[in-house]
Amino acid sequence: MNEAAASPNWLKRIFTGNQPSLRKQARLEKTSVRTTSPFWVMVQKEFGDHMRSWRFIILIAIIALACIGSIYTAVTALRDGVKSQQADNNFLFLQMFTVSDGTLPTFVTFVSFLGPLVGIALGFDAVNTERNKGTLSRLLSQPIYRDDFILAKFTASLLLVAVVLYSLGFLVMGLGLFTIGYPPTPEEVMRVILFLFVATVYVGFWLNLAILFSIRFRQAATSALSGIALWLFFTIFYSMLVGIIEKATAPDASSALSILLRHANRMLLLNRLSPAYLFSEATSTLLTPGVRSLGPLTTAQVIGAISSPLSLMQSILLSWPQLVGLIAATMICFGISYVLFMRQEVRSKG
Amino acid sequence: METSIQEAVPVTEQLEPIIELKRLTKRYDTQVAVNGLNLTISRGEVFGLLGPNGAGKTTTILMMLGLTEPTSGSARICGLDPVRQALQIKRRVGYMPDDVGFYEDRTAIDNLMLTARLNRIPSAEGIARAQELLELVGLKDAVNKKVGAFSRGMRQRLGIADVLIKRPEVVILDEPTLGIDPEGVRELLKLISDLSRKEKITVLLSSHHLHQVQQICDRVGLFVRGELIASGDIESLAEQLDDEGTVTVELEAEGWSEDLIHRLTNLSGVISYHGPQSHELVHNSITASATLICSRDLSSEAALEIIQSGARLNAISRKQYGLDDIYHRYFEGGERGERSSSKS
Repeated sequence: MNEAAASPNWLKRIFTGNQPSLRKQARLEKTSVRTTSPFWVMVQKEFGDHMRSWRFIILIAIIALACIGSIYTAVTALRDGVKSQQADNNFLFLQMFTVSDGTLPTFVTFVSFLGPLVGIALGFDAVNTERNKGTLSRLLSQPIYRDDFILAKFTASLLLVAVVLYSLGFLVMGLGLFTIGYPPTPEEVMRVILFLFVATVYVGFWLNLAILFSIRFRQAATSALSGIALWLFFTIFYSMLVGIIEKATAPDASSALSILLRHANRMLLLNRLSPAYLFSEATSTLLTPGVRSLGPLTTAQVIGAISSPLSLMQSILLSWPQLVGLIAATMICFGISYVLFMRQEVRSKG
Repeated sequence: METSIQEAVPVTEQLEPIIELKRLTKRYDTQVAVNGLNLTISRGEVFGLLGPNGAGKTTTILMMLGLTEPTSGSARICGLDPVRQALQIKRRVGYMPDDVGFYEDRTAIDNLMLTARLNRIPSAEGIARAQELLELVGLKDAVNKKVGAFSRGMRQRLGIADVLIKRPEVVILDEPTLGIDPEGVRELLKLISDLSRKEKITVLLSSHHLHQVQQICDRVGLFVRGELIASGDIESLAEQLDDEGTVTVELEAEGWSEDLIHRLTNLSGVISYHGPQSHELVHNSITASATLICSRDLSSEAALEIIQSGARLNAISRKQYGLDDIYHRYFEGGERGERSSSKS
């Protein structure tokens, strides 16, 4: 029989103890044929799907409008400020992102408010739609790793978010350059790039949360609603809740400094559980070089300090824990999604 | 006349097994979906996994592909273990899930190309193969049509093309004929059997439609409540079913006579005779049919008796146990039990 010739090969492969690991085998096969790896094929497909979808076009339109509106208000505010000699001329360029004349929120506020919505919109139906349409079982019966599937979903959407945020950020910078005619310093450009990076990470967190919900809930609507509910909770209700707790547990104003300080730090910790708060802290540090500390400072600590803006490295250092916290939250979400997804059974219809 | 039960001796034993399941078991919490399944399918065979809804067919298939881990027991597909080498198996096995889904806003060829690229087929080769396959399954005119506009039958045929694009050794089709009109079913089954004959692909298809499975399968396994209760070709299944050991012969003849009735009832091995009685025979040239229940196959003997009695034999047949009878015998009650405890 002609199979006799072929069988020793696979027999050998199965029974020898020192066989290379599966990943290594896959990598070996990868080098033999020059084709895109299935992971990137999936990323490309997802990216393309998002680009074509109406949902994405609508989101982009909303965000672009919001950003252009915010830049307009920022520019008018800056002009008025400069005229009346009230504006702080330091880092004028960065103020385009953080200053408003009061008619519309600032660029940063828009990003922190609408960013999560983009993340949720891109992720809420990532897995359950594929499952309900029966494409998931067909896809997973192809030679791909199961974790690559959710990772590809995440990567594609995150790439898209990064592209959108960076292009919007640069658009704002360019427009600002035109209207105020005040060139940015290299440090300011770096700060903006870093801010956009933090924003991408922040949206990535919401994206991952949405993917987690899309794995957990079979219905896309349920998953979208839970994502939006959590987003509303963290952006609106959480700070209110912390405020109530703060009032209720506040020590007497005449208490010892250590008690007051401890209470303030506790409340700060509570606040920092919210990714929205972490994001606002990180961005304000990066875009406002004048921010020197994110926690309470005693008069003793401030004595002798010169009120000058922080250097870029110092600002990064100050916002580093916040950034790490955001990335960690994203990782935790991904870990939970991974565990849930690997355990789930793939049937075409639940 | 189909009297050859003896030929049903499994030829498959000499062939190389490509799917081997040994005491494969899957439990969900309290319920056993697949219970100690032993099954061997050899290369080039068309095997039909037959069972009512919820019998554990899909679970078995998922375990074969490594999409679900078995609770106990082992499986070998192309000599590989699905638990540990799922990726290599998926490279060799094409699987079409029941109610196969495609990306609706993409064209037929886009969907096929995605599968091709996931299997690391270079794009030039992939396009050529996709076009070839679309022509093969009769979707040549719909190459650039979006799948969203496809009918159920077209989707199913696209599913076949999708399965074949990676040049699999084994094709697993889960309920391929579900929801297609009879003509579509006929075409699809013809396509499947042609493919397996021409390309020497092993085909495993699950179904609860007996007649369809009957048409194209070399062997059939009856699967009820997680257990394979019988397997073999249709004839040997009929034999297994036939635990009373009786053979039914139906005959129709012109010119019944008392002599003939006498001859037939006295034939050694005839257990009962259902046909015209002697008082009913008004004149000699009556045409009538009769049924003989025999302890063995007596069709040729009965034919001889009719000829010898001077009557004209119009038709004679040994009644085959159709899959319908088999189905009813095995699945009665089984389905009721499954439905009340629907699967999770």
